[in-house]
Amino acid sequence: MKASYIVIGAPELGLAALLMVANFAISIALRLGLAKSLAIASVRMVVQLLLVGLVLGWVFSLSSPAPVLALALVMASVAGVAAVNRTRRRFAGIYWNSLVSVVSAAFLVTGLALAGIVRVRPPYEPQYLIPLLGMVLGNTLNGISLGLDRFMEQLDSERVRVETLLALGATRWEAAHGAVQESLRTAMIPTVNSMMVMGIVSLPGMMTGQILAGADPGDAVRYQIVIVFMIAAATALGAIAIVLLAFRALFDAHHRLRLDRLGSA
Amino acid sequence: MGNRSNTALLEGRRLGRHLGGRWIWRGLDFELRAGERLGVAGPSGTGKTLLLRALAGLDPIDEGELRYRGKAPTAIGMPRYRAQVVYLHQRPGMLPGDVEQNLRAPFALKAHAARSYPAERARALLSALGQREGLGSEAADGLSGGESQAVALVRALLIEPSVLLLDEATASLDAERVALVEATVDAWLRDDPNRAVVWVSHAREQLLRVTERLLELEDGG
Repeated sequence: MKASYIVIGAPELGLAALLMVANFAISIALRLGLAKSLAIASVRMVVQLLLVGLVLGWVFSLSSPAPVLALALVMASVAGVAAVNRTRRRFAGIYWNSLVSVVSAAFLVTGLALAGIVRVRPPYEPQYLIPLLGMVLGNTLNGISLGLDRFMEQLDSERVRVETLLALGATRWEAAHGAVQESLRTAMIPTVNSMMVMGIVSLPGMMTGQILAGADPGDAVRYQIVIVFMIAAATALGAIAIVLLAFRALFDAHHRLRLDRLGSA
Repeated sequence: MGNRSNTALLEGRRLGRHLGGRWIWRGLDFELRAGERLGVAGPSGTGKTLLLRALAGLDPIDEGELRYRGKAPTAIGMPRYRAQVVYLHQRPGMLPGDVEQNLRAPFALKAHAARSYPAERARALLSALGQREGLGSEAADGLSGGESQAVALVRALLIEPSVLLLDEATASLDAERVALVEATVDAWLRDDPNRAVVWVSHAREQLLRVTERLLELEDGG
């Protein structure tokens, strides 16, 4: 593949970093306390991305499925743990539940899309699998995190309502249904919002990247549509999975709300 | 199910509740027979509310066994059991929507699917409890504590349980309305000989007035 785009080298990176210097100056002058976290974030971002560039170069040269799938699993596990870490409460097994939700939703959707829609041969071709999976995971993680956090908070704050329904003869599912609905709605807000304004307010990153790399805008748009559907499907699936698993953990077989199983993070 | 007319509706044997490293109550025996009014008394912190919640199956029982008409509640199925043995929170939970939607809500549940909402009876009960006309269309989350307690009682009575577990059911009411609640519960009890009620109240004179028998909870330590 020949490069049909302008190559960015080390001097250009240095110039881009200069854009941050003005911010440091203002922050230090006005004692805004931003300089330290901005500096750490900048350094982390540069180091992580340069490393990932090296890793991806190596991964794309792989031709056997095992190491590619292993890498995909590591990415999914990190996402599963990160999704829980952003919530405010814990119950036994919460990390496993998150992991199962992330892995099943992201792998199912990405796998179907690669094998059946984009029809990559072989389907584990890392140049396609890794970036697409990464985008799906990033969004699924958000959905799971929002849905899970909302579900736990909702059960706690609506405890009396939930138990009122139980006391009147509701099954645990009938009693939890309002909280389940509310949590899934919350989980999908970012995805639905971004779909609503896509192309008008925001030009999606992947599409922009393909266009910068010289792709035909029509081709880039079609890729983007596929990835947005993948993201929306995986986010919904992951959120449904985690909320149902949390429902199983926080209600027992005798239709009791078990907030005693809920601790703080 | 026994044929004797005096079979206990609810029966607890050696009940114990362990919480926070101590037994709140333990070795608790009681029987609630059809037609009976049982009071639960005891200083605060002796687990009166925990006992009612355990009887309703909302909290676990850590020791002993509970039977409803001779069967374990879990054998009956919790939702079906709770449709028969209804617990009223001291601070009742109001569901989203207006008062009438709250009164209708139980009839949307599987446990009451066979029944339809008795609108006329709902109106009669609200007025028997001294509630103003038109309360049905008011938002449930704007009700006062006393109004919520009245609505919650009507909501429970409409599904015609056989046992009512009342947790400080008149705590937010003035004396006049307390008398209306007591009279309404009494009338409900007399309507069917297979009903019984358990009152938890901090006011001993109320328990002596509305119940025949007291279950005393002590500070077990």
